[in-house]
Amino acid sequence: MSGDIAILGVGMHPWGKWGKNFVEYGVHAGRAAIRDAGISWKDVQFVSGAATMRCGYPGYVAGATFAQALGWQGAEVNTSYAACASGSQALAAARTKILSGQCDVALVIGSDTTPKGFLKPAPGERPEDPDWVRFRLGITNPSYFALYARRRMEIYGDTQDDFALVKVKNAEHGFTNPNARYKKKFTAEDVAASAMVADPLRLMDICATSDGAAALIVSSLDYAKKIGRGDAVRVAAISTVTPTFASSIIEMPDLATDSAFAVEAQSFRASLPVKAYEEAGISPADVSVAEVYDLSTALEMDWYEDLQLCPRGEGAKLVREGATRIGGRIPVNPSGGLACFGEAVPAQALAQVCELTWQLRGQAGERQVENAKVGITANQGLFGHGSSVILKK
Amino acid sequence: MNKTQVPALEGWFTMDAEKPHLLGTQCKGCGTYYFPRQTVFCKNPACESEAFDEVQLSRTGKVWSFTNACYQPPEPFVAPDPFVPYTIVAVELEKEKMIVLGQAVEGVEVSDLKAGMDMELVLETLFEDDENEKLTWKWKPLPTDGGAA
Ligand SMILES: [Zn+2]
Repeated sequence: MSGDIAILGVGMHPWGKWGKNFVEYGVHAGRAAIRDAGISWKDVQFVSGAATMRCGYPGYVAGATFAQALGWQGAEVNTSYAACASGSQALAAARTKILSGQCDVALVIGSDTTPKGFLKPAPGERPEDPDWVRFRLGITNPSYFALYARRRMEIYGDTQDDFALVKVKNAEHGFTNPNARYKKKFTAEDVAASAMVADPLRLMDICATSDGAAALIVSSLDYAKKIGRGDAVRVAAISTVTPTFASSIIEMPDLATDSAFAVEAQSFRASLPVKAYEEAGISPADVSVAEVYDLSTALEMDWYEDLQLCPRGEGAKLVREGATRIGGRIPVNPSGGLACFGEAVPAQALAQVCELTWQLRGQAGERQVENAKVGITANQGLFGHGSSVILKK
Repeated sequence: MNKTQVPALEGWFTMDAEKPHLLGTQCKGCGTYYFPRQTVFCKNPACESEAFDEVQLSRTGKVWSFTNACYQPPEPFVAPDPFVPYTIVAVELEKEKMIVLGQAVEGVEVSDLKAGMDMELVLETLFEDDENEKLTWKWKPLPTDGGAA
């Protein structure tokens, strides 16, 4: 039996800082996905929402919140929270429901609003909370991205110019994307002139946070055929594995890695796509396009290697050769990536799937990757959450 | 008037001015080290031990990576006015096979560091309030052979 499901429709609310309620963005994206699928809202039997932690109770029960906003019609609901992987977990819940025959059509949806000002821990003295401790010691999110970036420079000889090339590439990709927040063709000089935040990373090497929403309509293959969409893009794999002890890389918000005294250290990031490739029966060489979580420019190159698009340590070579540009051997982040979007946590993993769906349908306009047949997403966030999704034609 | 020196985090390191150590634990079952201290359960999936020894971690290691903070972090960081950028180092402890973060001592810049360099743990002021100097662990480059500390 095939473990695939069909993606009938995709929709997004443009990323930005719009100052509105997250439900508004979600409804916009949800309606767009429903229209794109050519079905009616009443056909949806399951609403799988990705939770947001920034919008109070409605955000914790995002599935129900969106179902109510679109108009209660008796569908079943679910809400998933898994940091950056929330959207993928919501998608996995819908897939389970569909493959077990409990429903034919599901809406998967995530939306977020950025808080005003800096993201910071709750006030008070909480030395038992590792997140509080690391802020007290002056270790912020960019500190971690910068440690990974500097490690690449020390071990592989990457340079800040290489990192800037990633920004320039993604800015070029996202330039014509109607859903992108930053639409400007930045140059390497622009990046070099931006303020240093955490050496070696400058302001333009690090992604912002944004408002945004993304939604998918997914269905069984039978349902897709029944409505004349047997050729719809398919979800071939969803990996949401946890890390395997012992972690080899220092992860936010920790102050130390696991000790690899008793068990060999493992890379969490590298393990995420492994399960996806296995599940899809697809090899890295078959991938035509990838959407990865470029929280920093340097991190995008870590992903090239974790996705096995090139051998370990050769990520910068790929960028220098232009292999990951649209038109190159293996385009990465044709959407423009987080560099052009900024992160909208519960919507981001779904936005990656939206982009790959457009790419595989040949509907990506000026950012179309020629002859795209297989796409893979990758993201990783806090507390052992991450995901990788494979789509195929 | 001299302020009293107190740890910025209680129970995370020894207050030995000469040779301070981070305070960790070690699983009696499988030998896995923990920092911060872990005393309830072992995170090794092959180990069900709930017994731990209190240990002092190695006070020297090698640089894994490093960066700095050019901007003032949000609270609960307590910043001097004006803010002074500082360097952050990730140091690999050979015996414990773990990487531990910390600030570098004052005066150490990113340009002073390289992966693989030998570092040692020292105590330095994190911030001061009216009565106390709050100390934390920081990483300091070890002098290469023959160099004076
Ligand atoms: Zn153990």
